[in-house]
Amino acid sequence: MTTEDTAKRMEWVAQLDAIRDHQDQVAFAALFRHFAPRIKAFLMKSGASPSFSEECAQEVMATVWRKAHMFDGTKASVSTWIFTIARNRKIDMIRKTRRPEPEDLPWGPDAAPHAADVITLAQDTEELGRALATLPEKQRNLIERAYFGDLSHSEIAEATGLPLGTIKSRIRLALDRLRHAMT
Amino acid sequence: MKQIKHHLNHSLLMGYSAGTLPEAFNLVVATHISVCDDCRARMHEFDAIGGEIVAASDVVQLTDGCLAATLALIAASTPDAPKAAAMGGIFAQPLRDYVGGDLDAVKWKRVGGGVSQAVLKTNDAATVRLLRIPGGVAVPDHGHRGLELTLVLQGAFSDSTDRFSAGDVEIADEAMVHKPVAEAGMDCICLAATDAPLRFSGILPRLAQSIFRM
Repeated sequence: MTTEDTAKRMEWVAQLDAIRDHQDQVAFAALFRHFAPRIKAFLMKSGASPSFSEECAQEVMATVWRKAHMFDGTKASVSTWIFTIARNRKIDMIRKTRRPEPEDLPWGPDAAPHAADVITLAQDTEELGRALATLPEKQRNLIERAYFGDLSHSEIAEATGLPLGTIKSRIRLALDRLRHAMT
Repeated sequence: MKQIKHHLNHSLLMGYSAGTLPEAFNLVVATHISVCDDCRARMHEFDAIGGEIVAASDVVQLTDGCLAATLALIAASTPDAPKAAAMGGIFAQPLRDYVGGDLDAVKWKRVGGGVSQAVLKTNDAATVRLLRIPGGVAVPDHGHRGLELTLVLQGAFSDSTDRFSAGDVEIADEAMVHKPVAEAGMDCICLAATDAPLRFSGILPRLAQSIFRM
């Protein structure tokens, strides 16, 4: 099943590839037009001023350029990957705390991404987005607030009781496969 | 891969993904995920939820010249090189970064009863420490005002709830009063984070409180 949304998501993957392989500024501009305003909105909802949010959004997008070679579409979709960069920037700049990252899995240089896996993960992520969009207003609002940073730990516990996750099995399968490929 | 029985819960993973946990908890979560494929996969799920929330955000206007300013930032920078992770040892990379090395680099301080600790430096109210408990030794009974996460790095301990061995994480909340006992054999090494002082309920509780500085 390839929807218009999947096509858009695969275009983002192609744009990241073009940035990595050819320092393609046209591809970057397209990615920027889509993501930069949303990152700015996310940071504003997390409590930052408009001008500060825009400054952070620029830094996030510059990081997207610099780290394009580290993107792996079998492990994260483009929207997920850019979120993690924005989230890290937000922790540095707004919360001024540290968030140590887990150790990278030793995938090895041979774990080349399979195009079919990239599409499947994009589709699963899309499905997750649809699942979120169709949640009752109150529930969706709870999850959003968890990510904007204005929920207490017990409120988060409430938000995580919600039925989500079509993506779970896909990511776990991908991890299993890569683990086997290594050994 | 070790057989891990006790995992992180959804709310910790969501908090880690959203970036709202205290630094001390982030370190325990990152160290556990380093050795636990299951929680790593669940972390990716929560990151994906975050991505879709940002993707579904209302779009706000950017100022003129925002793209040009970003391209200027890029022109002024150099590409990031991938970091090489150190191999071997019992500490995963995030913990090694805080300690400045592996187990042999820890600066232990005795806290009584054969137990040693090393408080790791974090910049907010929650605290995180390494604990070294000789085999067969008990940590005094304690309850919690907040949340306590204990990740086993080596050896094992048991308390009234279950047995916890390397890779397992125990999540203890306010309701729990427990008395972890290290299993006979090698030292039990744990990484423990709390967001509030512990409450000791055993013998000489005040003394224990003062030596643990919890």
